[in-house]
Amino acid sequence: MPPKLCALCNTSRPILKRPKTGQQICKSCFFLVFETEVHNTITESQLFQSGDRVAIGASGGKDSTVLAHIMKTLNDRYNYGLDLFLLSIDEGITGYRDDSLETVKQNQKEYNLPLKILSYSELYGWTMDDIVAQVGRKNNCTFCGVFRRQALDRGAAMLGVDHIVTGHNADDVAETVLMNIMRGDIARLGRCTAICTQGEDTIKRSKPFKYTYEKEIVMYAYFKKLTYFSTECIYSPDAYRGHARTFLKDLEAARPSAIIDIIHSGEAFEIRDEVKRGQKLQQTCKRCGYMSSNDLCKACTLLEGLERGMANAGITDKGVKQLNAAGPTPDNLRTIPFFQMNTVGNSGPSPSPNPWPLDSGPSG
Amino acid sequence: MLTISLKIEFAGGLELLFSNQRSHRISIPSNPASTPNEPPKRADITYLIHWLKDNLLKERVELFIENGTVRPGILVLVNDTDWELEGEGSYELMDGDEIVFISTLHGG
Ligand code: SF4
Ligand SMILES: [Zn+2]
Ligand SMILES: [Zn+2]
Repeated sequence: MPPKLCALCNTSRPILKRPKTGQQICKSCFFLVFETEVHNTITESQLFQSGDRVAIGASGGKDSTVLAHIMKTLNDRYNYGLDLFLLSIDEGITGYRDDSLETVKQNQKEYNLPLKILSYSELYGWTMDDIVAQVGRKNNCTFCGVFRRQALDRGAAMLGVDHIVTGHNADDVAETVLMNIMRGDIARLGRCTAICTQGEDTIKRSKPFKYTYEKEIVMYAYFKKLTYFSTECIYSPDAYRGHARTFLKDLEAARPSAIIDIIHSGEAFEIRDEVKRGQKLQQTCKRCGYMSSNDLCKACTLLEGLERGMANAGITDKGVKQLNAAGPTPDNLRTIPFFQMNTVGNSGPSPSPNPWPLDSGPSG
Repeated sequence: MLTISLKIEFAGGLELLFSNQRSHRISIPSNPASTPNEPPKRADITYLIHWLKDNLLKERVELFIENGTVRPGILVLVNDTDWELEGEGSYELMDGDEIVFISTLHGG
């Protein structure tokens, strides 16, 4: 039997079976279609304009490492005219984030992009190590998620950037669709497939890998010999997400197009306007200026709970009441530096009714 | 008994299950007997996966094997080619082959 040839160029030996299409393709065709598909996603959704300052949310993991490589490649190849930055958040997790930040620093050198690292300890006065020591291993990811979201926006503001791209891939988006269905979180289901989310005064966030399969990201990193960091966070519980991920991988094994199909189903849901309107109006936090749906933003509430030794106070409405009942906020309380954006507006991403919002999945 | 030598690589976090070592050189029987009454057949990747479980894996077997093969989300390459192009588990191993296992499930 003669060896099969690449389905695209018909000359070279195939090295990969594409999960999306089942095509067998060679290495150079793989690089080209992988890069071109991301380019098409970017141009079709008009993510950028020439002159934009864009930060790549970089964790040192596979997705953001490949994203940094691709953004740099496409910006040069197609003259996007973007000013690119790497933005990393240091949660302060010994033996995990300190190691992965080394990978980011290596990316900085390889791609020659300016890097900004913003740490929880400089912004909030608490590392995740400190927080886990105080709250234990149950709600740590709630703190971490709320703090990271705000830290990314603040890091972007410091860089004078108004657009953050993250490495969330098609598998992540499909998983988030499944989880929002399981939770009955219709408002979020309507938003979680958006490639770009933005409120008028907030920083845009986009997912150029929205249609890119995890398998191809990992294969791309392998064949390009990109080094990334792949250790699990030492505080990760992720039981629920774990089940959804396993379920998704089983579906993919049975039918590889399942991932794209789930994303398309998520996109096809029409969310009634009442549901959208049911969300609270956006304002800015009275203490730190960050957007919020209440007087205090989620991060300020969580921080006050930590500082006053009632760490779980910020997690539930009941906890907030207990915190208020315990007396007024002390004057000397540590607060987050005041947040200011270039433009002032009144809207933003809608508030989260559940303590672990899943607009785009966690980035562990 | 005849043996074949293989180079095995673990990446993407899988190395943590194998003494935190990425690269291994191993020798396995080239024609293991499946059951005592059956004639021996050439060692394939399915056999290799079980051999690795029995001889090299140090912890948490459930993160490596599921339903007799690698857990979904683990990519396998045979001499730098996607094993899906090589018959997956039924690929018959040859002396000097390089097999890479990469987990896609870690980190983001
Ligand atoms: S698993 Fe992710 S969200 Fe949870 S503590 Fe670790 S880094 Fe933070
Ligand atoms: Zn080709
Ligand atoms: Zn605040």
